[in-house]
Amino acid sequence: MDIRAARLTADEYAHNFSDMHPPLGDTAALVEADRCYFCYDAPCTEACPTGIDVAGFISMIKSGNNSGAARLILQENIIGGSCARVCPTETLCEQACVRNEQDHRPVSIGLLQRHAVDAAINAGQQFFSRAPDTGKRVAIVGAGPAGLSCAHGLARQGHQVTIIEAREKSGGLNEYGLAAYKMLDDFASREIEYIAAIGGIEIRYGQHLGDDFDTGSLLNEFDAIFLGMGLDGVNSLNLANEEVDGVMSAVDYISQIRQSGDLSELPVGRQVVVIGGGMTAIDIATQVKLLGADEVTLVYRRGPEAMVASEEEREFTQIKGVKILYNAKPVNIITVDGHVREVEFERKGETFSLPADMLFKAIGQNFDAKLDGAVELEKGRIRVDAQRKTSVAGIWAGGDCVCDGEDLTVAAAQDGKLAAKSINEYLLKSGRGE
Amino acid sequence: MADLTSNFIGIHSPNPFWLASAPPTDKAYNVVRAFEAGWGGVVWKTLGEDGPPLVNVNGPRYGAWHSGDRRLVGFNNIELITDRPLDLNVREITQVKKDWPDRAMIVSLMVPCNEDAWKEILHKIEDTGADGIELNFGCPHGMSERGMGAAVGQVPEYVEMVTRWCKEYSAMPVIVKLTPNISDIRQSARAAHNGGANAVSMINTINSIISVDLDTFSINPSTGGKGTHGGYCGPAVKPIALNMVAEVARDEQTRGLPISGIGGITTWRDAVDFIALGAGNVQVCTAAMTYGFKVIDDMVTGLSDFMDSKGFASVDEIVGKAVDKVTDWKYLDLNTIVKAQIDQEQCIECGRCHVVCEDTSHQAISATKDGSRHFEVIDEECVGCNLCVSVCPVEGCISLRELSVGEIDKRTGETVSGEYANWTTHANNPMRTNQ
Repeated sequence: MDIRAARLTADEYAHNFSDMHPPLGDTAALVEADRCYFCYDAPCTEACPTGIDVAGFISMIKSGNNSGAARLILQENIIGGSCARVCPTETLCEQACVRNEQDHRPVSIGLLQRHAVDAAINAGQQFFSRAPDTGKRVAIVGAGPAGLSCAHGLARQGHQVTIIEAREKSGGLNEYGLAAYKMLDDFASREIEYIAAIGGIEIRYGQHLGDDFDTGSLLNEFDAIFLGMGLDGVNSLNLANEEVDGVMSAVDYISQIRQSGDLSELPVGRQVVVIGGGMTAIDIATQVKLLGADEVTLVYRRGPEAMVASEEEREFTQIKGVKILYNAKPVNIITVDGHVREVEFERKGETFSLPADMLFKAIGQNFDAKLDGAVELEKGRIRVDAQRKTSVAGIWAGGDCVCDGEDLTVAAAQDGKLAAKSINEYLLKSGRGE
Repeated sequence: MADLTSNFIGIHSPNPFWLASAPPTDKAYNVVRAFEAGWGGVVWKTLGEDGPPLVNVNGPRYGAWHSGDRRLVGFNNIELITDRPLDLNVREITQVKKDWPDRAMIVSLMVPCNEDAWKEILHKIEDTGADGIELNFGCPHGMSERGMGAAVGQVPEYVEMVTRWCKEYSAMPVIVKLTPNISDIRQSARAAHNGGANAVSMINTINSIISVDLDTFSINPSTGGKGTHGGYCGPAVKPIALNMVAEVARDEQTRGLPISGIGGITTWRDAVDFIALGAGNVQVCTAAMTYGFKVIDDMVTGLSDFMDSKGFASVDEIVGKAVDKVTDWKYLDLNTIVKAQIDQEQCIECGRCHVVCEDTSHQAISATKDGSRHFEVIDEECVGCNLCVSVCPVEGCISLRELSVGEIDKRTGETVSGEYANWTTHANNPMRTNQ
C-alpha cells in the first residue's frame, strides 16, 4: 500500500490545478464574439436548458455592451457564472452552434458567458432589484444551484426567503462538488454573495432535514417550500469488502479537494482505480492523477457511447494521463491487512485485476433525504410536474433530487427559476401570509 | 511568371505598385526601405513652397475604424504635407533616384494657387531627375483651409489652370490627383484633361470623422479636446474609389486618359479591380501603414499568378477589361430573371438569409420544412435581390441562378423571352422611346 500526501512540489500543484479553460482577455473575447453569426432563432438558445439568448448576449459583447450581455444571461440564469464554467457546453449550446457545420469549431459560448458575467460580478453590478416586501415567506431546503436560483427569483418578487442548508457553506455541488480546476478560487461563494445582495434572502446553516426540521414544521412557519437538497447517498458496488480502508466515495473526496486549503496535505495512492462513467468519475480520476498518483485507471462497465461523460471530458482526462477501460465490471475487491490491494474485473467472460492503493466509487448518487413520505417519489426521486410542483400543495422541488432531471447545474438553475415563477403565482393567489 | 513591368505614361517601373504620396514616402529612409522591399515606385510625399517648414499637430494624426477582431477597415489622417525643409527633400529625392534608377520616382506638389509659385518649384523638381510630378489637388484637411489641396481640386477651372502651368513650365509628365469630395468626379477629370494632364490619379482621401469619444464627447482623434475632419482611406473606401475610376474611364471626354488607381488597395485582388476598371497602375498607402512594406510580396506574386492563370502576358492587357461592363441603370436588361438558390449541402442553418428576407425584403425564404429547421427559397416571391447571398456566412452556399429562355418566372408567371429590353423602352416608363 502506497498512499501519501505531498507527492508533488508546490509549483506542480499550482500548475495542475490552474483554470481548466482560462478566461478570455478583452481582445480575445471580441475576436471570439465576432465569430458568432447571430443566427435566426438561434440553435444555441434552443439547446440551453435555461434558454439564454446566446446570440443576443454575444452581439452585446461585440459592441462593448458588456453589462447588457451580463443582464441578458443572468435574467435567464442567475448562476450563469457557474454554468459558464461547469456546463458540458460541448453537449449543449456549443454542440448546437452552426459553426460546427462550417469549421468544426463552435463559438466558445461558455468562455464568452464567463467573460460577461465575471465582469459584472467583479464590478458588483446588480441588474435586478427586489420588489416591495409581500409579507410572504418561503423556505428553501438546500443552498445549491436549484435553491439559489429559486431564492433569487422569489426575492425579486418581494418574498422573504429562508434557505436552510445542512452544510457549513452554501453552493451545494458548486462549492463541494466539481473538479477544482473548473471552479477556481472562491468563485462559488462570491457568486452566492452576489445573488444574496438582492436582499430578502436569509441562510441558516447546519440544519438537517429530518433531524432538525421536517416539511410539516416548515409548512407551519412558511407559506411555501422548495426542496433542492440534491442527492445525498452514494450508490454502492454491492461487493464484499466495500467498507475496507482505501475504498472511498468519489463525491466525498472531491469535496475534500475543493475544501482543501493545501493540496499537498491530501493523500493519494500510487495506483488508483475509479469505477464509474459520469462526470464525477472523470473529476475524481483527473484530480487524483493531478495530485500525483502514478497510475489512474477509470473503469466503466459499458462502452464509450453509453458514458454520461462527454467525449471532450474523456479526452481531457486522458490527456492528463488517466487510462480508461471500457466494458469491464468489478466483481471482487481483494484486500491485504484490511486494506484494498487489487480490484478484480470481468470483461467478456474473462477476469483480470488491477492493483489499487485506492478505489473510488463514482457510480452515481441516490436520493436519500429523510422526507418520511412527505411527498410522492418516482424512480426513487421526488416527482414534480412541469412547474416543479410536488404532489403536495405548497411544496415545490428541483435540481438533482427530482425525477427525470438531467443532473446538470444548468438544469437545476432552470428548475429553481420555474419553481420561483410558479410559487410566486401561488403566493399572489393564496391568502396565506399576513 | 507574368511580366509585371509597367509603363505608365512613359514612366517605367518593375511592377505597377507605387506607394502613394503619404507618410510612408516622406523621406529617403522610408523610400529606400520600400524599394528594398520591392515596391515599383513611389510618389514622394507632397512638397510645399520654400520657406519655413509647416508644422503638424503634436497630438494624434490618425484615427481608425476597426472590425470586431481589430482589423483596420477604415483609416483617417490630419497630417499635412511634408514638414521637412524643401532643400532636404530635394536632395534626398535626387539621391534616391540616382541609387534606384529602375524605380518610378514621382514628386507630389502643392503650392499656393499662383503661377510664380508653381513655376519656381517645378524647376527645382526637374533638377532631381524625378520621373514626373503629381499635383495634390486632393488633401481635404488643413491645406484646403489655406486655399490649396482640395480647395483647388473642387474648382475645375483651377484644376485646369494649374495643370496648364505645370505643362507649360515643365517637361515632366503631370499626374493630377483628384479629390473625391466633389459631386461629379468627371468634371475634375475633364478639367485636368483639358489642362493637358498626362494622367489623373484617384482618389485622394474623403472628408471624414472617425468617431466620438463617448466619455469626453470629443471626436477621435482629438488634440487638446478638439478634433477636425480628416481624410478617410483604407479598405472601406475602395468601392467609392472604384466607381469614380470607372466614371472617368468610361466618360466620353476623358476616355483613354491614363488613371493611377488609389483607394483602399490591400491585396492583389484589389489592384486587379482598379486595373480592370481602367487604372494603368495603382498606388497604395494604408495597407503599408497597417502592415508594413512587406505587403508588396502578396501583391506582386498574387497578380503574377492571376495573370498566368488567366493567360495575360502584361498588365496592360487587363487595363480597362471591365470598363465596358459598367453602364447606366437604364440600360440594364429587365428581361434577365434570377432566383436565389440555397445549396443544402453547404447550408449551416444559421437562418440569416431567412430573417433578413422576412424582416426587410420579400419574404422569399422559408425557415422550416416538415416542422424542422430548413431554409429554402420560395421562387414565387424571390426577386433575385442578392441580399441573402450578401449576408450568408458560407461563401458559395447561396447563389443566383439565371432562368433560361422559355422558363417561367414563378413570381410573375411570365415566360423568360431572352430578348434584351431596358427601361428606356419599358411600357411603364412615361419617357420611353420607341426602340
